Amino acid sequence: MEFIGKIFALAVAAIFVQNFVLMRFLGLCPYIGVSKKLDSALGMGMAVIFVMTMASSFTWLIQTHLLVPLKLEFLQTIAFILTIASLVQLVEMIIQKTAPALYKALGVFLPLITTNCAVLGVAILNINDELSFIESVFNGFFAGVGFTLVLLLMAGIRERLEKAEIPPSMKGMPIAMIVAGCMALAFLGFSGLKI
Amino acid sequence: MNLFQEFTKGFVKENPVFIMALGLCPTLAVTSSVENAIGMGLAATFVLVFSNMIISLIKNLIPAKIRIPAYIVVIASFVTIVDMVMHAYFPAVHKNLGLFIPLIVVNCIILGRAEAFASKNNLTRSLVDGFGMGFGFTLALVVIGGIREVLGAGQFLGFNVLPETYKPMLVAILAPGAFLVMGLLMGLMNLKKNK
Repeated sequence: MEFIGKIFALAVAAIFVQNFVLMRFLGLCPYIGVSKKLDSALGMGMAVIFVMTMASSFTWLIQTHLLVPLKLEFLQTIAFILTIASLVQLVEMIIQKTAPALYKALGVFLPLITTNCAVLGVAILNINDELSFIESVFNGFFAGVGFTLVLLLMAGIRERLEKAEIPPSMKGMPIAMIVAGCMALAFLGFSGLKI
Repeated sequence: MNLFQEFTKGFVKENPVFIMALGLCPTLAVTSSVENAIGMGLAATFVLVFSNMIISLIKNLIPAKIRIPAYIVVIASFVTIVDMVMHAYFPAVHKNLGLFIPLIVVNCIILGRAEAFASKNNLTRSLVDGFGMGFGFTLALVVIGGIREVLGAGQFLGFNVLPETYKPMLVAILAPGAFLVMGLLMGLMNLKKNK
């Protein structure tokens, strides 16, 4: 029971209170770049959830069973980014061979994920917060869910913004930033939440 | 383009943040005060200059297919150096920037310059480009950080600049303020460009 409570607390923290995009400023490039259409936002979100969960588990294992016993903690940054890059490549190849339909939906987003700072961010945060293996995996998954949630909200708003009357100099990126600011204001309301 | 133009293009004309919208995550995350903005800007400049230097030196040795992983390893090595140096000599700034120092690895400005510039140009031009882009990035961070610190705390670099009667707009140094200030600044840049 205590375990479930802990996982629930992690979920609320990662999705709402400390949302990766709006509160921690991680993964902003895809958040602004891929939020023009609802369906591509969904594809990106799914790909990120998948990679973040995988990356969380792999980097945790590498840190605990490779870097710490060999006293190579200072190589953390290099080791993690290489793990993520090769993981993304591997996932891309596996999906391409086994599930062509899924590859068609996610394919274009996968290479972009290597440079999504949310993935490296969650890997490092798991280590800094001293989470256990199971907690890390869940944290990665929920962080991805939080990312997908705000990405979908943003895409929904931006599809409607297309038809709105906006001053020409605010079109595109600037108005997206303002919308993100309003969403961050709303998410600030969650910060009083304590479990 | 002569060397001086190469150096100054990063300041306004091709500013990595305002014009090219690269490196948004650190830009928004660390600009709650000017001090942090300068710390982040200089750390990124250091990595940018040295990774540009190494990459322009070894560009002919790397096979085209694995060039991106090779660039990432070069960049990650310098990020590790910055991380350790800052931890040793500037512990306060290191603590404030926290997660965002290892995340310089995935800052798209650095990988972008490596791919778009250093891999095609000689050593001198790459160095000059690294300095120019680095200072342009720092400049943008200081501008955003300055606006947020003055509005949100009534201070600039820790000194009170506004009269006592000014009530700080706390929202400016919280997460939403980052998005709003960034959006308005981008809008202003567009307005100026369109005229």
